[in-house]
Order: sequence, then structure tokens, then C-alpha cells
Amino acid sequence: MVDPRASVINERLKRIGRIIVVSSGKGGVGKSLVATTLALTLSRQGCKVGLFDLDFTSPSTHIILGAKDAQPKEEKGIVPPVVKGLAYMTLVYYSGDQATPLRGADVSNALIELLSVTQWSELDFLVVDMPPGIGDALLDLVRLVRNIEFLIVTTPSLLAFETVKKQVTLLRDVKAPIIGVVENMKMNIAKNIEQKTKKLGLRFLAEIPYDPKVEEAIGDDNKILNTAIAQKIEEICRTTIR
Amino acid sequence: MHEWALAEAVIAAATRIAEKEKLKEVKEVTIDIGELQQVERDIFQFALSQLKPVSFKNAKFQITTAKTELRCRVCEHTWLFRKQKLDENTAEAIHFVPEVAHVYIKCPKCASPDFEVTKGRGVWLESIKGAK
Ligand SMILES: Nc1ncnc2c1ncn2[C@@H]1O[C@H](COP(=O)(O)OP(=O)(O)OP(=O)(O)O)[C@@H](O)[C@H]1O
Ligand SMILES: [Mg+2]
Ligand SMILES: [Zn+2]
Repeated sequence: MVDPRASVINERLKRIGRIIVVSSGKGGVGKSLVATTLALTLSRQGCKVGLFDLDFTSPSTHIILGAKDAQPKEEKGIVPPVVKGLAYMTLVYYSGDQATPLRGADVSNALIELLSVTQWSELDFLVVDMPPGIGDALLDLVRLVRNIEFLIVTTPSLLAFETVKKQVTLLRDVKAPIIGVVENMKMNIAKNIEQKTKKLGLRFLAEIPYDPKVEEAIGDDNKILNTAIAQKIEEICRTTIR
Repeated sequence: MHEWALAEAVIAAATRIAEKEKLKEVKEVTIDIGELQQVERDIFQFALSQLKPVSFKNAKFQITTAKTELRCRVCEHTWLFRKQKLDENTAEAIHFVPEVAHVYIKCPKCASPDFEVTKGRGVWLESIKGAK
């Protein structure tokens, strides 16, 4: 007995230049906001970009994007619709806005299903929004997908950074490349996270300030691109990612 | 037609196994389809026949269907999945990603969504027979 789905996953992803996975050991640090803003920014810079929400139990990117009524097309698989310029895939197309209680094995199964049936177009970048932690989604992704790179999000809190350290150890064990670390929701000028990041041998990508205007930008891609967050991410794109 | 994508996965996996077992010619591929995913058998068969590589030229694709057994983790009740009970959109959502069953189906006894699909979720490659 063999699960045939894994065999086709890298075939499905072969027309994608780079797969950037936005991740953190900790919840609530801004992964979804950073992932969505990163995808929108790269897209406005003229790249072909996809966004894939792999946080099945607490999806957020559809709200940040303001994706309304979009539905994938069925064509020898599932073709993600274009939402705000992005090839956009989320489980919300199938779960609606209802509670989706999934255990670990279900998360794995749903992830493998979506990876094996989604037909991505030719893309320069696919940005992936992850659930927090080093659970099933992350382990499956590094097990099944070639050529992924991680962008790690932390906050100024030591509690967040400690979980990031564990995640970095894991990613190094499985030889997954790490682009670097962003420190989000910065409200002071302390440099300790930057120093600790460099001590780990990782690139410190940016400090993203806490921007109280973010809340009213949610659901509007143009407003999102006008936040202080987008400004910093634009810088990361220019200096490191592109 | 997302059956096509599933058929592609079966062919890719079967090809890999055939290579590993050094089969020159594949004669029979047995596939089990769980009812939960509601795969259209005709389309699936057709896709398999179109996608198969040369070494599968004379291969027969045997497809069996498995009933979907669900087991509640709260009250331990077990029951069988019935598509007829679902509206079209719900059935379609489950067809694409069987795990969203947890959004739409509840234990008939205690109404919990915390159940397990113990049998018959989706597509499995059961066996391959051929000649070396
Ligand atoms: N730089 C920032 N300035 C102001 N608010 C922010 C900033 N970054 C994130 N937020 C807000 O913080 C909250 C958490 O952000 P987000 O949902 O992106 O985090 P997450 O890491 O994806 O969370 P989860 O682990 O639940 O997936 C949101 O309300 C978001 O709008
Ligand atoms: Mg999130
Ligand atoms: Zn029950």
C-alpha cells in the first residue's frame, strides 16, 4: 500500500522559481501579515507571485488580502484564482469561514492533498504562510518539497526568540536553508535580538516597527502596501530577496 | 476534472515502484478509492489510460471502492459516510480536500466533529504486478 500523492508534488511545483516559507516558532508574531505583504510587494515589483496559506486551522491571509468570492478553477487539478495580483490558494475555499478542527494527521493529509492537486502557473516566487511552531505542516513541507527557503519572524520578546532558536536548530538538522530573521512589532531601539540573531550565524533582515495603522489596512491591499511594515519589507526585497 | 491530478499521482508512484522493482512490463495496477473523496471512476480510468507510459501499455487498472468508516473520538460511535446526506457544495468541498469533512460532518450520536476516518479516505495504490 502506497500513498501515491507525494510522488507528484515536486512536479506540481517545478515551474516556481523560489519558495519562501514564512515561519516562526511562536504564534501571533506577524507571520501572516509579513507573508501577505511580502507577496504583494514582490508582485508590485513586477514578479509573478503566488501565496499559499498553510495555516488550516487559523487561516488569516484571505482576510488580510480582502479575498472575496474567489474560487479556484478545476482543470486537471485545482488552479488557484488570481487575487489582488497573486495566484492565491487557501483551504478557506473549501472550509468557508467555519471552524476547521483538524488533528495532526488531518493537517498532514490536507497539506499533501493540496500540494499534489494544485496546479501553479509559472511563478517567480511562491510565498507560504505557516501555522506557528514546528509541527506537522513544517515537518511535511521540509520532507516533501525540494527547494524551500525559510524566512523567520520573531518579536522583540525573548519568549519569541527562544522558540525561534529551536526552530532554527530543527531547520538546520533537516538542512533547510534560512534566508534570515525579521524582528516584527518593534517598539524600542534595543539591539539584543539583532545581536542574538547574528550570534546564531543568521542574517538579520530588518526591524519592522509596530504600526498602529495596520488594523485599518486589513482587507485592503493598497493600504497594506502603505504601512511602515510594507516599507521595511520592500527594503528586504530589494537588498536580500531579489 | 481534478481526478486527472490524482491519476497523475498514481502513475508517478506506480512508475517509481516499477523502476525500483525493475519491472520491464507492468501488467496490473490495483487502486483502492475511498468513498469519502467521491472520485469519478470513469474520468479517473480515462485519465489513467491517457497518462500511462509505454511500460504500462498492456496494464490493467483494477479499481476497488472502499466504504468510508468514521469513528467518533468522544463517544466511540462508528458510522459510514453517506454522500446523499450532503448538499452539492459540501460534497464538492470534501471531494477536493477530504479533511474538510470535519467542518461539515458531526458524530450522529454526540454531534462532535472530533472523529477519525478509519477507512476509505482517498486514493491508495494497493499493488503492482508485472514481468521483469
Ligand atoms: N508590525 C505590526 N504592527 C502592528 N500590528 C501588527 C504588526 N505585525 C502584526 N500585527 C498584528 O498582530 C496580529 C498578529 O499578526 P498575524 O496574524 O500576522 O500573526 P501570525 O504570526 O500569523 O499569527 P498566528 O500564529 O496566529 O498565525 C494581527 O492582529 C496583526 O494585524
Ligand atoms: Mg498566521
Ligand atoms: Zn460521538
